[in-house]
Amino acid sequence: MLSLVSISLHTFSCLLSLYLGFRFSRLFSFSPPTSSSHLNNFPPLPLSYSPPKPLINPLTSPPRPRPISGRHVISIRPWAHPNPTETLQAHRILSAVQSEQRRRHISPRLPSPPRKFLIVTPTYSRTFQAVYLSSLAHSLLILPYPVTWIVVEPRGSRNDTSAILARFPRLHVLRLSYPGSMPNTWAQRSRVESRMRLMALREIRDQQLDGIIVFADESNVHTMELFDEAQMVNWIASASVGILAHTGILEKDIEESESTNKQSSSLGFPVIGPACNSSGHFVGWRALDTSNYTGKIANFVGEEGLVVPNQFEWAGFVMNSRLVWEKAEGRPDWVRAFSVGGSVADETEIENPLDLVKDVSFVEPLGRCGKKVLLWWVRTEARLDSKFPTRWIIDKPLQITVPAKQTPWPELPPEIVIPTNPTPTRQSLTDKQHSKTGRSSRPRHRSRGKRKRESHMNSS
Amino acid sequence: MGSEIWIVALLLSQALILPIAQAAEPHTERISGSAGDVLEDDPVGRLKVFVYNLPRKYNKKMVDKDSRCLTHMFATEIFMHRFLLSSAVRTLDPEEADWFYTPVYTTCDLTPGGHPLPFKSPRIMRSAIQYVAMNWPYWNRTDGADHFFVTPHDFGACFHYQEETAIQRGILHLLKRATLVQTFGQRNHVCLKEGSITVPPYAPPQKMQAHLVSPSTPRSIFVYFRGLFYDVNNDPEGGYYARGARASVWENFKSNPLFDISTDHPPTYYEDMQRSVFCLCPLGWAPWSPRLVEAVVFGCIPVIIADDIVLPFADAIPWEEIAVFVAEKDVPSLDTILTSIPAEVILRKQRLLANPSMKQAMLFPQPAQAGDAFHQILNGLARKLPHDKSVYLKPGEKVLNWTAGPIGDLKPW
Repeated sequence: MLSLVSISLHTFSCLLSLYLGFRFSRLFSFSPPTSSSHLNNFPPLPLSYSPPKPLINPLTSPPRPRPISGRHVISIRPWAHPNPTETLQAHRILSAVQSEQRRRHISPRLPSPPRKFLIVTPTYSRTFQAVYLSSLAHSLLILPYPVTWIVVEPRGSRNDTSAILARFPRLHVLRLSYPGSMPNTWAQRSRVESRMRLMALREIRDQQLDGIIVFADESNVHTMELFDEAQMVNWIASASVGILAHTGILEKDIEESESTNKQSSSLGFPVIGPACNSSGHFVGWRALDTSNYTGKIANFVGEEGLVVPNQFEWAGFVMNSRLVWEKAEGRPDWVRAFSVGGSVADETEIENPLDLVKDVSFVEPLGRCGKKVLLWWVRTEARLDSKFPTRWIIDKPLQITVPAKQTPWPELPPEIVIPTNPTPTRQSLTDKQHSKTGRSSRPRHRSRGKRKRESHMNSS
Repeated sequence: MGSEIWIVALLLSQALILPIAQAAEPHTERISGSAGDVLEDDPVGRLKVFVYNLPRKYNKKMVDKDSRCLTHMFATEIFMHRFLLSSAVRTLDPEEADWFYTPVYTTCDLTPGGHPLPFKSPRIMRSAIQYVAMNWPYWNRTDGADHFFVTPHDFGACFHYQEETAIQRGILHLLKRATLVQTFGQRNHVCLKEGSITVPPYAPPQKMQAHLVSPSTPRSIFVYFRGLFYDVNNDPEGGYYARGARASVWENFKSNPLFDISTDHPPTYYEDMQRSVFCLCPLGWAPWSPRLVEAVVFGCIPVIIADDIVLPFADAIPWEEIAVFVAEKDVPSLDTILTSIPAEVILRKQRLLANPSMKQAMLFPQPAQAGDAFHQILNGLARKLPHDKSVYLKPGEKVLNWTAGPIGDLKPW
C-alpha cells in the first residue's frame, strides 16, 4: 500500500518535472548532492512544494498564511502609480530637510540679517528674450534674500519686457530705458550692454541704493552658491565663470574644434575668473585664449558659429553698491570715483568692472578662491529674421493651418471605395472607416489647396 | 557598615557626574540605548579574552590562498582576529580569561566568482574545536560555554546559503553552548541562538570615507535603492528571492518619480546615498545587507524591509528611533507609509544618524578606533559577564554529543 503511494507520488512528480522541463532542473541544479542519498538519483522534492501559482497576484485575492520559506506571492496594488497628494507631501518633506541642511551648514557662515541684492540685467526684445528673462526671474524668486532687480532695456522693447515681467508680480523690479537700439553684431552688442549697465550704476549712485550689485546677464545660468558667497563681499569680488561657447552650433563642428582646442581646462571648457596659488592667495586671472577660435567665431547675432566672451566680462563680478556712491564712509582709496555723467566720452572709459578700481589686487575671489565655477556664461540667439508671436501667446485660432509633411496616419489613395449600404452588424466598423477616410482626406484636399494658394502668395 | 555607605555614595556620585560630563552637541542627538549610553563604553578592563593559537591551516593559510577574503562582506572574522591579537583586552594567561576566542575562518573558501562555499565549513569548525579540546582543558571545562566564535556567513552557524537547507541543518551541534558573533539575525529562527551578538557586515571604511561629499549638498532624492529585484540565475521563476519583497518594490514603484531605484552599478553610488533622504534596505537571500552600514555612514534613513530581523547591536542601538521598519506585506503601500512620516520625526532621525558614535559603531576600521564595531562586540561580551555558575561543568559531566549532526560533517578536515 505504502509502496503504491510512493510509486504514484514518484510518477506524479516525474510527470510534473517533465511538464516544467528545463526550469525545474535549473532550480535544483546548484543544490549540492547530499551525502545522505538513501533516495535514488532523483532530485529531492522539498516538502513544502506547491504547484506554480501565477506570479503576479492583485491584492484582491484572499490572504493566505505566508510560509516562512518557499515561494511567495509578489503583491502589486491595483493602481501602481503615484498619488499626487503624497507626492506633494514628499516634496514638503524634501524642502524641510533641505532648509534644515541650509540652516545647519550654510547659514552659520553668512551675515545676519541677510544683505540686499541689486541685480543688474540688460535685455532687449528678441525671440529668446522670454526664455532667458523668465528663467532668470525664477532664479531670483528662489533666492532667500531681498532682491531689487534693475532691468535696463532699449526704448523699443518696453512692451515685450512688460509682458514677461507681469508674470512675476512678487519681484521688485526697477526698469530703466536706454536711449538707443541694440545692434546686430556681437561686438557692438556687448558694448551697448556695457553702457546699459553703466546706466544702472548711475541710477544706483543717484538714488543711493544700498546692497550688493550682481551683474546677472539673462542668458547666463547662476548657481545659488554664487549668491551665498556674494553675501560676504566687502567691496568688489569676482567668481569663476564657465564659458559654454559651443552652444548653438552643430555636433560635428564641436568635434573638430575640440581637437585643436588645447586651452580649455581639464574640465573640457574654458573658465575665466580669479586664480589663486597653492597657499590660497589671489595672484591673477585665468584668461581666455581665443587663438583657437579664429575663423569660427560668429559675427552677427544669431549666426552659426562660436560666441566667445571678452577678456573680462561683467558677469561674475559682485560689488558693494557703496563703491559707486558719491560719498561713502570707509571706502578705500583704491576705488576710483564713479563720475560717469551720461555722455558717450565718459562711458568709453569703463568697459568692465575692473576699470572702477585702481588696484586690481584688492578684488576678492569667491568660491573657494576661484576653484568653484559659480556661474555659466551662455550666449545663444535665434536668427535675426526669426519670427515669434507677441508675448509668446497664441490666443486667436490660426488663420492658416498647414499640416506637417509626415502625418501619423497613412496616406490613402484618392479613389477609395466606400460601401454605400452598410449592414447593421458592420455599422461601427464602417463608421470608423468613414471617419478615418474623412479625416485623412480632408486635410489632404485642403493641403493641396493651401499649397496652391501658398505658392501663389510666395510668387507674388 | 561605614565602608558600604562609602561605596554607595561613590556609585551615586558617579551616576550624577557622568551625564554632566557628556555635553550634547548642537546638531546631533545622543543615542540612549536601552542600557544607557552604551555605545561609548570602553571594554578595556571589563573583560579578558584569550586567543587560541591555532595552526596556520585554520586561518592564515586560507587568506594567503585567496586574498579576496579581506575585502568581501564576511571579512569580519579575519579582522576580529587581528584586532584581538593586539588589543588591550587580550591576555596571554588563560587562567584569568573570561572569554576564549578560536580564530578559524570558515567563510574563506571562495568560488571563482567570489562567493563563499559553506560545504566544508562545518568540518573546518569541528576540526578546530577538536584541536582546541585536545590541546587545552578549557573547552571541556565548560563544553564551550565561555568560548565565542565569529560566524559571519548568510545564516550564521547553520553554514548554508539556502534558507531551507540551513533550517534543516540547524546550528552546528558543537556550538550549542558557545556564544556566536554573527551577521544573521531573525527572530524565531533556528539559526539565531539565544545570546548571540549580531554585528553589521563588513564594509570597507576607507572606501566609504573617500566618497564623502559636503553635508550642505541638498538631499533631493526621496527614496534610493540600487540592487537586484529578481535573481534570475538562482530563482528563475521568481517568488523565492527576498520572499518576493524586492520584486514587489520594483513592480509597484518603478514608475514613481520619488523612487530612484534600479539595478545599475553607478560610480556615484555612495555620493547618491548622501543626496537621499531614505535608503531601502530590503532582505535578499538573507535578511541582512551591507546597505544598512552604508545608509548609516552616509546619513540616509534606512528603510528596513525584512520581517522579524534582528539588527546589529540591537541591545545598544535603538533602531526603532533611527530606522523605519516596513512589514513585507505592506510594501505596496510603501510610498504612503514614507510620506506620512511627519517632517519633525524625519529630522530627528537624521540628527540621530549624524551622531559620529552611531557611524563609528557600524564600522570595522583598521587600526581599530574607540567606539567602533570591534569595541561594541567586546561590550556585548562584557555585558554577558559574569558567567552563570551552570556554565562550569561538574567533573565527569558531558553535555555535547560529538557524533550529532549530518554524517558528512563528521569527516575530518
